[in-house]
Amino acid sequence: MVKSVDTQLAIRTALLAGELLIENGSNMERVNDTMDRIAATAGLTSFQGFTTLTGVVASAEGLPNAQVVAIHNRANDLNKVALVNGLSRKFSAGRLTLKQFYHRLREVKRKSDMTPVVWQWLAAAVLSAVLMIVFTGDYLDAPVDFVIGGVSYAIFLFLNQIFRIKYLGEFAASLVIGLLACLAVSLHWATNIDTLIVGAVMPLVPGVPLTNAMRDLVSGNLISGPTRAIEAVLTAAAIGCAIVIVLRYV
Amino acid sequence: MITKAILQAVFAYVATICFGVLLNIPPRAYHVAGMIGGFSWLVYWEIYYHLHWGLAVSNMIAAILIGIFAMVAARHQKCPTIIYTVPSLVTFVPGGQAYKMVRNFVVGNNGQSLIFLYQVMVIAGAITLGLGIGEMINRLLYGPKKLPNRHN
Repeated sequence: MVKSVDTQLAIRTALLAGELLIENGSNMERVNDTMDRIAATAGLTSFQGFTTLTGVVASAEGLPNAQVVAIHNRANDLNKVALVNGLSRKFSAGRLTLKQFYHRLREVKRKSDMTPVVWQWLAAAVLSAVLMIVFTGDYLDAPVDFVIGGVSYAIFLFLNQIFRIKYLGEFAASLVIGLLACLAVSLHWATNIDTLIVGAVMPLVPGVPLTNAMRDLVSGNLISGPTRAIEAVLTAAAIGCAIVIVLRYV
Repeated sequence: MITKAILQAVFAYVATICFGVLLNIPPRAYHVAGMIGGFSWLVYWEIYYHLHWGLAVSNMIAAILIGIFAMVAARHQKCPTIIYTVPSLVTFVPGGQAYKMVRNFVVGNNGQSLIFLYQVMVIAGAITLGLGIGEMINRLLYGPKKLPNRHN
């Protein structure tokens, strides 16, 4: 039988791991699996974890109350998912004590390890140009799309950092994409406005929520699957509305 | 045609890595995720544009390949599978069709718009099914998942 202090720490560790995984865009099956493993390794009996997209509830035998963690903001930082996964593997293999594991998780939570902004711009610009070529086979407009993709993603990042309003960044960036594409075509720098917009919009597409929504639905998590799908649809709607506004006046 | 195929694969490889950078996947996974994305796009391109097997089947086969390779890579590099599946799927996300749907809807071609809506739904469904089948094949190959004992 473990002491009650350890039980508290174990359940807090499991909750923290679950919170980190959900916040950074893991699928729910992995979250449940990780929390179960942590609980089993730490020696909690009859552990129950209830995971949704906006909060985690967990309880175990020997604790008077269940514990809750609310999740407010979600990002797509898959590196943190990989880090938590690696730490949990080490803990299950017995290479970390519970205390060390908890402190390492806190470190992961505190530290921001996103790629430098310049690399993100460059990646978005290259992604726009390359995907335009892949989808349409149009090489001539690729340099223009490189610029449009980079500029719009810079605006997206900037707005997300300043205002922190969900969907506003996607909306404004798509508006800029539409306007720049119109400008490029009317100045005869590019020929086809459709291919330009398709390519430049791709970095903003909600890939992680979309994939996770499908996987959660298939694995039977009927709460988290539809909510993720709603998140993806709202993002897509923000992009679509902005494009519609621009196209209406072309 | 072979040069064109190689170019398609290289572009898909670059696109996958770029999307990986945006999602901040660990740097050691860049190359592997790119290879998965490039190869599955090449297979899709060949099936869809040359063998003409149709939209649903080509997307499903590509998704099955991504599912299988992602699991192999995950076991090899000890990373979660999501790190490989999400960037590799960037070329398959029906962004172009969704855009054409919106465009036709705005212009007033409701019939065309519905056709593209149908395509978006077919592609999304095929990818879901493909990832599911890929996971099933992995379970067949590696045996069922070992779950931790809850009531120890």
